[in-house]
Amino acid sequence: MFANVHRIGKSLLLLELLKGLRLTGRNLFKRKVTVQYPEEKTPQSPRFRGLHALRRYPNGEERCIACKLCEAVCPAVAITIESEQRDDGTRRTTQYDIDLTKCIFCGFCEESCPVDSIVETRIYEYHGEERGDLLMTKERLLKIGDLAEPQIAADRAADAAYR
Amino acid sequence: MLEMIRQMLNATVGQIVPAAWQAQTVEVMLIVMQITIILTPLMLCVAYMVYAERKVIGSIQGRIGPNRVGAFGYRLAGLGQPIADALKLILKEIIIPTGSNKFLFVIAPILSMAPAVAAWAVIPFAADTVLADINAGLLYVLALTSLAVYGVIIAGWASNSKYAFLGAMRSAAQIVAYEIAMGFALVGVVVAAGSLNLGQIINAQSGSLLHWYWLPLLPFFVVYFISGVAETNRAPFDVAEGESEIVAGFHVEYSGMAFSLFFLAEYANIILISVLSAVLFLGGWLSPFEGVLPKSAFTLPVIGSVLGGGIHWLLLKTSLFIFVFLWLRATFPRYRYDQIMRLGWKVFIPITLVWLVVIATLAKLQITPWFN
Repeated sequence: MFANVHRIGKSLLLLELLKGLRLTGRNLFKRKVTVQYPEEKTPQSPRFRGLHALRRYPNGEERCIACKLCEAVCPAVAITIESEQRDDGTRRTTQYDIDLTKCIFCGFCEESCPVDSIVETRIYEYHGEERGDLLMTKERLLKIGDLAEPQIAADRAADAAYR
Repeated sequence: MLEMIRQMLNATVGQIVPAAWQAQTVEVMLIVMQITIILTPLMLCVAYMVYAERKVIGSIQGRIGPNRVGAFGYRLAGLGQPIADALKLILKEIIIPTGSNKFLFVIAPILSMAPAVAAWAVIPFAADTVLADINAGLLYVLALTSLAVYGVIIAGWASNSKYAFLGAMRSAAQIVAYEIAMGFALVGVVVAAGSLNLGQIINAQSGSLLHWYWLPLLPFFVVYFISGVAETNRAPFDVAEGESEIVAGFHVEYSGMAFSLFFLAEYANIILISVLSAVLFLGGWLSPFEGVLPKSAFTLPVIGSVLGGGIHWLLLKTSLFIFVFLWLRATFPRYRYDQIMRLGWKVFIPITLVWLVVIATLAKLQITPWFN
């Protein structure tokens, strides 16, 4: 009986609702956490998984040896590799495509690579305007690697202790 | 002021139209002018209420809200956003579904907008500042706010879409349920004030802050405001829209300006409910300093008019209620449908009935200071 009166009285006085309103009312004056994107950016980890790149050795030789581990491990089947024997007897890719519309940016290709060739960079501001713009070919991947090499190398060095 | 404009119009109109039509022409022109003076700020308020809503809710959720669209290269804290939104909606195509009833589909937004705007005719903005000072003002408002449900039902039915139809059914049941509680709350006000005229209701509250009806009619005040939230289909009573269940409810099929008419109507209704709450329970344009400060304070040159009653107090009280509307939306999750029905039929109606008896007794016994 008493419990009922207590319960009904409490709900009639809207106590719990007012408690909720007080909580949100306090939040009204709290510091805002919005990041004003183009001007401000959130910090990135050295392990950030953005746009892919193919790396080269310091002497300019491309690292990829066409072992096709990345192609095998890719859960989204986004990587296509064709290879041939080069004149000097080494095996190299003739085609290395990553379809970014399929890619889920899991980073498995990067982890599976025995020679640190395919990597994911910190670049995440890119777009495609036409069909095929997001199909990354070997040439484009190598170019990204050449451009971002200092950052890529620094990130590998920073993460070296944990690999 | 009004007389001055009337004379000026008389002088100019007399040269253009025949003498027999002069009086009527001047009268119509005056009314149209007054309507414009009321509606233009109202529509601006509606536009900027959307902005305020996004800012307030954003703020409560730890965000900033719109702050990019400004004017002339300045951001102005995003104040250009409502204008940009309005332009976008005006330029968009109004798609009429093939299976819809075209006539009803087109008039539904008008039906929901017109009553929301028409009800403003009887709102007293300050002492003797009212477009139509009719003796049954409250009844007129109640009648027009009830009409708004037809817009929703017709929109839902004419769309020939299951989601729109579900939204319309929910909305109809909800509005009917809360209309009754709302009506009883208003009956309480009428009993207390002894008049249906909104100006006289305000005058009956004069005296001091404690003479306002929020105190003796507190249960009615709470019931009226919550019913008002339900009536306007606002969160937490927004099952008619219920975007997570039925997409957008009754207006799924609407686009462009037809959609924005529903939007405008919803916000105009919110402002209307807020203004009515201020008029009926917080003394409208009466000053809260009345009866607190000595009489001589109100005769001071500038401060006196600020402290004394006037339209600024009505606007302030209305803004307070509008803010509470937004605050509620940012705080509470949506009611379940059966809970809404329970609240309307089994809680609000009994409470209002009981308190009506109490108020009638107090009024009969002429208990001061409220009922004398």
